[in-house]
Amino acid sequence: METPEPIVNFHSVTKRYGSGPVVLDNIDLTVCRGDFVTFIGPSGCGKSTVLKLVSGLSPWTTGSVSVLGAVPRAARDRQAFIFQDATLLPWLTTQKNAELALRLRRMPAAERTAKAREMLALVGLDRVREYYPRQLSGGMKMRVSIARALTLAPQLLLLDEPFGALDEMTRNHLNEELLALRAQSPFTAMFVTHSVAEAVFLSNRIVVMAAGPGRFHAEVAVDFGYPRRSVLRERPEFQTKVNEVSRLLHQVEEVPA
Amino acid sequence: MRLWLLPVASGALFIALWYGVRVYSGLQSWILPTPLEIMEAAWRERTRLLMAAGNTALGALAGFLLAGSLGFLTSLLLGASQSLRASLYPWLLVLQMTPVIVLTPIIVLWAGPGLPGIITVTWLISYFPIVANMTQGLLSTDLNLVALFRMGNASRLQEILLLRVPSAMPYYLAGLRIAATLAPIGAIFGEYMVGNSAGGTGGLGFLVYSYNTQIKIPALFATALTSCLLGFIFVAAVALLNWAVLHKWHDSFERHDH
Repeated sequence: METPEPIVNFHSVTKRYGSGPVVLDNIDLTVCRGDFVTFIGPSGCGKSTVLKLVSGLSPWTTGSVSVLGAVPRAARDRQAFIFQDATLLPWLTTQKNAELALRLRRMPAAERTAKAREMLALVGLDRVREYYPRQLSGGMKMRVSIARALTLAPQLLLLDEPFGALDEMTRNHLNEELLALRAQSPFTAMFVTHSVAEAVFLSNRIVVMAAGPGRFHAEVAVDFGYPRRSVLRERPEFQTKVNEVSRLLHQVEEVPA
Repeated sequence: MRLWLLPVASGALFIALWYGVRVYSGLQSWILPTPLEIMEAAWRERTRLLMAAGNTALGALAGFLLAGSLGFLTSLLLGASQSLRASLYPWLLVLQMTPVIVLTPIIVLWAGPGLPGIITVTWLISYFPIVANMTQGLLSTDLNLVALFRMGNASRLQEILLLRVPSAMPYYLAGLRIAATLAPIGAIFGEYMVGNSAGGTGGLGFLVYSYNTQIKIPALFATALTSCLLGFIFVAAVALLNWAVLHKWHDSFERHDH
C-alpha cells in the first residue's frame, strides 16, 4: 500500500473572530488524500470554522494552515464547498445553476453546458434541467449543489452540514449517492454534521470536537471498507461504532462550557 | 361571489351616491358636475384632451426612463462602496426632502421652459424611490451566495453582474412601480408650473390651468379622469415588466393551492 499523501495540514491553529472568544484552540490536524473526515460536536465547537479556514473564507489567528501545498486561498481552484443551504441562484434554471462554478472560471459556454449536463445526469436530475430552484424539493436542490461542486472535479470537497435540513430518508439516499459519486471521481472530503449515523456511514475518520473553546476531543477510525451500501446500517458493527461515537459526544456535552 | 365584482359594485354605489348628492344638495353643475356631464365634456374636448395626454405621456415617459436608468447607475455606485454611500446618500436625501415646488422656478431657469423643464421635474420626483429601493436590494444579497461566489474566486464584476444585480431586481422593480405612479404626476405638475410658455401644444397640466381660468369645471373633471387613465397605463406597463422579469423564478409569483 502506498503511503498516504497529506493534503491538509493544521499546525497549532487558533482562531478567534476579532477580539471575541477563542473559537478554535490549538488544533493539529492532518488530512490525507482519499480521507473522508467528519467533524462532529456540540454547537459552538467550531466544526464549521475548520472548513472556513481550509477554504480561506476566514483567516486563522495563530499557527499555520496549508492546503494542497499552498495557503488556503491559493488552493481554492482545486477545492469546492457545499454549504448547509443549497445556495442556488433562484433566477437560474437547474442547468444554469450547475454551470455557475465553471462560468465563474470563464469556461466556454458549450464546454460548461456539456459538463454540467453530465453531472446533473449523474445525480439523477436530467429531467428537471429547465426547472427553477423554487420548483425543486430540498433533496433535489442539494443534488444540484453537489453536481455544481463536482463539475469542478475538486481534489478536496468541503461539506458543511449539507443534509441537515433534509428528512432522514432523503438524507440516507444522498449519503449513498455521495459515496457512489466519490467512487467515480475520487475526492478527499471534509464533512461537518450533527448526525452520528451519517458520520459513521460516510467517513473513515471521525473527529469528535468539544466546545468552549472549540478543540479536538477524540478521533475515531471507521474501518469498514468502501464501497458501502445501505445494508451496512443494519450490521451490528455499525451500531457498535455509532454507540462509541455517541458515548464520546456525551462526554463532551456533559462538560459545561 | 367573484372577487372582481366587488370593485365594480362599490364603483356603481359611489356613482349613485354622487348623483344623490347632486340632486338633493341643489349644487350647480359648475360646482359638482354629474358623471354624465363629465363624460359629455370629455367627448366635446376629446381632441384637446388626447393631444394633451400625448404631450404629458411624452414628458412623463422621458422623465421616467431618465430616472430609471440614472437610478440604476447611481445605485450601482452606492452599492459598490460604503464610503461612496456615506458621502452621497445623505445629500440625495436632502434633495428628496426639498419640495419640488420650491425647485421648479430654478429648474425652469436652468433647463428652460417646456419639455426640458418638465422632464427634469419628472425625473427629480421619481428618481429617489428607485435609488433607495435598488441600493437596498444590492445590499441585501444573501450572504451564503456571496460566500459561494468568493469560494468560486469570482471577480468583483462577476459578483455584481451575476449575483448582486439579479438579486436586486425585485427591489429595483418595486422602485420603478413607485416611480410609475409619480412620473405622470411629476409631468402634469411640471406642465402646470412651467408648461405655459410651451406654446399651443401644452399637456394635461396646461389644460388644468386653462380650464380652471375659463371655469370649465366638467372639462376639468374630464382632465382628471384622463390623467388617471394615463397613470394607470404607466403602472400597468411596469406591472407587466415586473411579471416578465420575475414570474419564472421569484416567490412573489408562486402559485398557491387553494
